[in-house]
Amino acid sequence: MRIVCPFCGERELGEFTYLGDAKPQRPAADAGEDAVYDYVYLRDNIAGVMSEHWYHGGGCRAWLKVTRNTLTHEISAVEPAAGAGAAKVGA
Amino acid sequence: MRGNQANRLAAGGLVDRSEEISFRFDGKTFFGFKGDTLASALVANGVRLVGRSFKYHRPRGILTAGSEEPNALVELRSGARREPNTKATTAELYEGLDAASQNRWPSLNFDVMAVNQLFAPIFVAGFYYKTFMWPAKFWEAIYEPAIRRAAGLGRAAGLPDPDHYDKAWAHCDVVIAGSGPAGLAAALAAGRGGARVILCEEDFVLGGRLLADGGTIDGLPAAEWVARAVAELTAMPDVRIMTRTTLFGVYDGGTYGAIERVNDHLPVPPEHQVRQRLWRIVAKRCVVAAGSIERPIVFAGNDTPGVMMASAMRSYINRYAATPSRRIALFTNNEDGWRTAETAIAAGLQVAAVIDARPDVSPAHRSLASKGGFPVLHGSVNGVDGGKNGVRKISVSLTGGARAEVEADGLAVSGGWNPAVGLTSYHRGRPKWRDDIAAFVPDGAPPGMIAAGAANGAFGLGACLREGFEAGAAAARDAGRSGSTGSMPVANDEAFSLMPVWHVAGKGKAFVDQQHDVTASDVELAQREGFQSVEHLKRYTTLGMATDQGKTSNVAGLAIMAAVSGKSIPETGTTIYRPPYVPVAIGAFAGHHRDENFHATRLTPSHHWAAEQGAIFVDTGLWKRAQWYPRAGEKDWLESVTREVKAVRGGVGFCDVSTLGKIDVHGPDAGAFLDRVYINAFSSLAVGKARYGLMLREDGIVYDDGTTSRLAEDHYFLTTTTAKAGLVMQHLEFCRQVLFPELDVQLTSVSDQWAQFSIAGPKARDLLKEIVDPAEDLSNEGFPFMGARAVKLRGGLKARLFRISFSGEMAFEISVPARYGEAMARNLMIAGKPFGVTPYGTEALGVMRIEKGHVAGPELNGTTTAADLGLGKMMSTKKDFIGRVMAGREALVAPNRQVVVGIKPTDKARRLRSGAHIVPKGETPGPDNDQGYVTSVCFSPVLDQWIGLGLVERGRERIGEIVQAHDPLRGEDYDVELCNSVFYDPDGGRQRG
Repeated sequence: MRIVCPFCGERELGEFTYLGDAKPQRPAADAGEDAVYDYVYLRDNIAGVMSEHWYHGGGCRAWLKVTRNTLTHEISAVEPAAGAGAAKVGA
Repeated sequence: MRGNQANRLAAGGLVDRSEEISFRFDGKTFFGFKGDTLASALVANGVRLVGRSFKYHRPRGILTAGSEEPNALVELRSGARREPNTKATTAELYEGLDAASQNRWPSLNFDVMAVNQLFAPIFVAGFYYKTFMWPAKFWEAIYEPAIRRAAGLGRAAGLPDPDHYDKAWAHCDVVIAGSGPAGLAAALAAGRGGARVILCEEDFVLGGRLLADGGTIDGLPAAEWVARAVAELTAMPDVRIMTRTTLFGVYDGGTYGAIERVNDHLPVPPEHQVRQRLWRIVAKRCVVAAGSIERPIVFAGNDTPGVMMASAMRSYINRYAATPSRRIALFTNNEDGWRTAETAIAAGLQVAAVIDARPDVSPAHRSLASKGGFPVLHGSVNGVDGGKNGVRKISVSLTGGARAEVEADGLAVSGGWNPAVGLTSYHRGRPKWRDDIAAFVPDGAPPGMIAAGAANGAFGLGACLREGFEAGAAAARDAGRSGSTGSMPVANDEAFSLMPVWHVAGKGKAFVDQQHDVTASDVELAQREGFQSVEHLKRYTTLGMATDQGKTSNVAGLAIMAAVSGKSIPETGTTIYRPPYVPVAIGAFAGHHRDENFHATRLTPSHHWAAEQGAIFVDTGLWKRAQWYPRAGEKDWLESVTREVKAVRGGVGFCDVSTLGKIDVHGPDAGAFLDRVYINAFSSLAVGKARYGLMLREDGIVYDDGTTSRLAEDHYFLTTTTAKAGLVMQHLEFCRQVLFPELDVQLTSVSDQWAQFSIAGPKARDLLKEIVDPAEDLSNEGFPFMGARAVKLRGGLKARLFRISFSGEMAFEISVPARYGEAMARNLMIAGKPFGVTPYGTEALGVMRIEKGHVAGPELNGTTTAADLGLGKMMSTKKDFIGRVMAGREALVAPNRQVVVGIKPTDKARRLRSGAHIVPKGETPGPDNDQGYVTSVCFSPVLDQWIGLGLVERGRERIGEIVQAHDPLRGEDYDVELCNSVFYDPDGGRQRG
């Protein structure tokens, strides 16, 4: 599999580390135990198109949001995480 | 000429008669020519019996002339280079080649195990399950070892492979598999269009079937056209031709696996060269011009030596000028098979008869028969009379029911052609059936891949050229190359006519899969026994599961199954295709990653100095760390380690701790960021101070620990454990980029940039004063416990100094740029001489941390909470941090959790062992009363006894209690006392002093 890193260009799978479902959002500090429990343990496992976190540890160390079809491994989009790179959100 | 190559034609062929090569087969010396394969050289020498079959030990010869060969498998080379199951049909002949037949004892001619044929009735499909059922305990002890001895083919060398293997990447626009007419035409079109092309050919000569079948292209003889095409391609700077290279697999994103047999054609690879190279080729487009494989027809005795594929016979005669037989019969169901009769006659061989299953034969072939003086029999071969010496007589059942016999010493068989649908089907593509050619053709190929020519079911030479050229041109265009492709090579298409015949009923064993000895009746039996799905058929009969992956057998097996079940072949369907297309040696996948290069080795900055000191090294992850420094006269490691500990506690010692992960955290929000990733606060840490920090996973379990120092308002220096260095970096980047993108903070890994040494002991400051610029204040007031700041060393080098202690002594850690690491170790030895400085290794480090009750890897084991480690009070209640909420879950704060506690045997002479279970005294140990276990142990020079840390239920409430250590692995039970985990200097006066 090959992933087009927005910073480094197209690179092979071995440079990346997979984390998983990119949809869950870390709950606010006061969200309560149930919300955090869901965030920590509930993951979608979609047979089809899914948004996933990948880490370009063998390259620029950017966290990426990769849209991948888990059936065909076709990657339709790669975006940097909100805080990837030097620019700051809102800065 | 030294050899008498009895079956070599006087002229012709692509062998180089000026270069005679001697080789050995089963100990006997033969001669062949350069350009031969082992198989063609054996053919030229009249050797027909090449091996014994897998199950029945039947005599077998050579069936094909390519990588689809099921029978002619040999052990090639000897000693450590012995390679089993090598196909004689693809093994290139070289001077001194040494091959041996397989699966026979004591000899190929007289094989004791051929007696298996008498027991044939019990070796039917699934015989393992049916025959060796009872008694059950016999399976492991008797049946399985006996079966394993009897079955199997070649023997592996059993010695380390002395050769090297390489792995490489290549990138191109278009990769082409195969260099027959379609492949060459594709390469010409793509190359002329301006594409970067890689052309892979598994043979050592380009041309594919043109080498055996010739033809006329653009008005030129095929050989001449091939030479011109290759010359044109070779002149193109962006076209790379790779012979001896098989494209074996397709992977995601246009990545292709190829195996290049760089030096398999030589006895031994030249110095500094590899034997084979595994390529990963990244291509925008792939043209599969892998051709097709002629398929056998299943009839009784179809495995007799001398029965050969019709196209293979043409290859041996035309390409190698070697005649497999003198008097040849041909059994065909299609027009193409006749070319073998034409070839035989042209070579001056006798044709005994052509048996054609079709009702009609063309006038041209009729006149060939009358000119050649052989009969054309309409019907099918239903039996072969012959043994290990080969075909003698062929029985024919004629259309209409009559019978006939043909005397011949060779039988060429053509059942039609199967496109090589492997590559196009590796992404779960299911080939589709085409009735007009009675074959499966590619369907659902992976993105970017297209099949052309015979691989796509277009068998005519003209069609191969056209499809290849068009595919090559399209591939170049798709890759963004728009050059002119010039004119397309042109040739006529041969006539095509075929009447499917899969299996001819007859008496005797009729083989479908010759490598696995699967017969037509095995397939029928499997069907009768309810194995209806092709996947079940495959596994029950092992059809297609041998090293040839059923290249000559799968479709015939399906056809027989379809006939028995009353379904059509497409309804029966194919099994899933999986790479590799040809066997690939594990060594090629491993490449250079073996022995000491299995993984990278990381050396600490002072490694070479430590090696000079005679240090014993231990592997910790990728690192080699000095474990202890033995001195002359010391009888064991314990004596050395005890000396090192005493030297530190009584004077001063130093240890390379550069393996710790080191991360610079910069930015206005650095403190806020660390507050969120550590359980304790760091924004409140004063500049110039260090603090111990603990990180949790989001589920509340401890992740990692280390000291982090504030070097400036917006600059922290964070350390991690050695083991988690990379993972913590990844975790922190996730926190920074994904969880808290609003924080203005940057992380820089500086693990490799800084060499770091721990300098510990009451004389640590005295030693440091010799190293550090005298202007730096190192007094207890000027540089107190947990102080951290940049300092200047004597000579001006800038360093970072931290007053942190893992040993419990007054201690500093000093960081210098990594390139000064070795010099630092040498200087510490020189400057420390008056103080009796002693280098210490990881063992002494561990002893001192256990004496001091510090937790490490064995306690941070992925199951413990901060409170379990006795660090619960560090958890801030004033801020949110990773793991805060989940750490509060009921089970993680339960009062009966196993927590860190000190442990020492009541018998001071007894050695404590880690892993021992803790159970209440006087009880019989079992899972119900297991209260924990010993995690870390050491011999404490301070206490003069073995001590340890453990995780024990309610441990901290039970200080002073005597419990039982139960060690079932070592068969030991002994009393231990639960005690304070800080064995040494509990009030910490020494590290602060």
